Amino acid sequence: MSEIVLYTILTVTAVGVTAATILYFAAQKFKVFEDPRIDQVEEALPSANCGGCGYPGCRNFADACVKADNLDSLFCPVGGNETMAKVAKILGKEVAQQAPKVAVVKCNGQPKFRARINVYDGPISCTIEHMMGAGDTACQYGCLGGGECVEACKFDAIHMNPNTMLPEVIDELCTACGACVVACPRDIIELRTKNKKDRKIFVSCVSQDKGATTTKVCQVGCIGCSKCLKVCEYDAITIGNNLAFIDSDKCRLCRKCVDVCPTNSILEIGFPPRKLKKEDSGADINQSNA
Amino acid sequence: MLRTFPKGGVHPPENKISADKPIEILPLPKQVAIPVSQHIGAPAKIIVNRKDKVKVGQIIASSGGFVSANIHSSVSGTIAKIDKVFDTSGYRKDVVIIDVEGDEWDDNILKSNDLIKQISYSKEEILKKITEAGIVGLGGATFPTHVKLAVPGGKKADILIINGVECEPYLTSDHRLMMEKSSELMVGTQLLMKALGVDKAIIGIENNKPDAIEKLTTLSKGFQGIEIQALKVKYPQGGEKQLIKAIINREVPSGALPIDVGAVVHNVGTAFAVYEAVQKNKPLFERVVTVTGKFVKSPKNLLVRIGTPTMQLIDAAGGLPENTGKVISGGPMMGKALNSLDAPVAKGTSGILLLSKDEAFRAETKACIRCAKCVNVCPMGLEPFLLMTVGERKIWDRMENERVMDCIECGSCSFVCPSNRPLLDYIRLGKNKVGQIIRQRKSN
Repeated sequence: MSEIVLYTILTVTAVGVTAATILYFAAQKFKVFEDPRIDQVEEALPSANCGGCGYPGCRNFADACVKADNLDSLFCPVGGNETMAKVAKILGKEVAQQAPKVAVVKCNGQPKFRARINVYDGPISCTIEHMMGAGDTACQYGCLGGGECVEACKFDAIHMNPNTMLPEVIDELCTACGACVVACPRDIIELRTKNKKDRKIFVSCVSQDKGATTTKVCQVGCIGCSKCLKVCEYDAITIGNNLAFIDSDKCRLCRKCVDVCPTNSILEIGFPPRKLKKEDSGADINQSNA
Repeated sequence: MLRTFPKGGVHPPENKISADKPIEILPLPKQVAIPVSQHIGAPAKIIVNRKDKVKVGQIIASSGGFVSANIHSSVSGTIAKIDKVFDTSGYRKDVVIIDVEGDEWDDNILKSNDLIKQISYSKEEILKKITEAGIVGLGGATFPTHVKLAVPGGKKADILIINGVECEPYLTSDHRLMMEKSSELMVGTQLLMKALGVDKAIIGIENNKPDAIEKLTTLSKGFQGIEIQALKVKYPQGGEKQLIKAIINREVPSGALPIDVGAVVHNVGTAFAVYEAVQKNKPLFERVVTVTGKFVKSPKNLLVRIGTPTMQLIDAAGGLPENTGKVISGGPMMGKALNSLDAPVAKGTSGILLLSKDEAFRAETKACIRCAKCVNVCPMGLEPFLLMTVGERKIWDRMENERVMDCIECGSCSFVCPSNRPLLDYIRLGKNKVGQIIRQRKSN
């Protein structure tokens, strides 16, 4: 009886030792060298795996950082300057500071401003509705309200407001990863430079229709009248395709354009309330975020 | 035993209400809006300016590339403006708006209705005339006809198939055309045969149009090489690949074109347009449109100038019924709901269908019960339930592997689904995305 036990122990031990030896040499032979800095960089990254940097995940971004000659074209929007400084320190490379950005929804077509002329009864998906046509309003550029941007956000920073039927961005949570920008089939969401106290001035419209058509379909659409262009002292405004655009890098938040806009399509958000006019403008929509 | 395609297919209620209504000519509208993108491919380039005077049949936008087509004025008058209006695509697109003044036709067009049977043109001349006349596939896909007739090098067509199936419920425009313009259609078919260099043509007609089958069969004895084939009623028999399989029993492989099996398919409407273009020098500026629906007072087949607002057609058929839920351009299976009644009639508008509120809207979507009805009816042998699930999860590579690009968007799957699942919507989404990915891959 004891013999059986003995032989068993011996056999198993022998097999174990042999296997261990083979595995040891195999491991030596097929060893893949991986830069230990990749792990260190990955550690420093936020591990959100959001793809905002343009790479499939944080590990791939870390790999790219280690292999790159300089960090000019690499930036983690989630971690921001702080994280990039850490990464630069690990790798001993230089990194330039980048202004933090935030996603902005450029449509103010609430039901009270933009009438529903049709009924869309297909599946709730912006892309499918976009493929079928203009949607349930007569505006073929505006928000469809399907919430694909909400679905795309990994940081819970964008929500549909049931009253306005438009998405709203929570600035504190937004990391400017750009997932919503990609998800939106109508290119309504833009990443804009963050200002002090989350103040924002932007043209809340993407309609490229002529002014006459735009006024017919939406009360707060940009008609490309160029009034804001004339009043701007900082050359921040450009007009193209019947649409004004305010460059967030040049804008100094003077709010003159807001005053002259005849359709209230330029919104000011995060400013203290003004004394008299503008109480009925669309500026109150995102006020809760400020 | 009548022929048909073997795989899948459905038989929706036919509802061919307007089948015995002769084609009427719709009075000229006051204003037309002619879209410059009425075909698959590049939009045509506008070559007229505001305040220009135009005649009927005058070219107003010239072809914007090889896969494109000329656009002609359908009325005589003054160009009011060049604007963007909602068209059948559901978007505002460039249109040329013309104020109608009188009805002065271009001098080259022969206005008489006499049949010209003698074909006195060479192959090249026929092709040139078709290209100039801006003819596109009138079955609904609006693919430029001259592109389809230009057989690529190394391939050879040996048979021409004329599609007189009209498998869409409600629509009767092709049926009426076959009844009333039979001889012209035959000559048009011969012209197409000459342009292709084939000596055989078969006209496929579904068995629910016995009068058309009889009339054309009698007539075909006087035209060499043209045969009539009666087919069993089954949707989507009008699809190119299904029709080829049904008539000559050749299967077009996945990703290939009908020309790869030596066949070319044209619609009866196209054949008639070719006759008019070649024998009468008449460009494509009018077409037969069925205006129909269960609640329409007097359903009609109308000969309409391109660019006429949809509302005018509805008025001619007795006005908009009160309980209208959707106005559809095309048939109930593949047609598209219009978002504006001012949308102009385009080359591809085969019908205007008015559905009541009860018929129009989708029922509540329920969970998939795995009954596999969609798999049974798919004429392309796909698995719609799987494609939808994969589409919802945005797994585009899987979708490509499941051959989503083979889908002909016939809608049979959505039609039979007992849970009312939006199968085709997600398949279209997948086709769109996978198409983008394939194009990107090719360009890299």
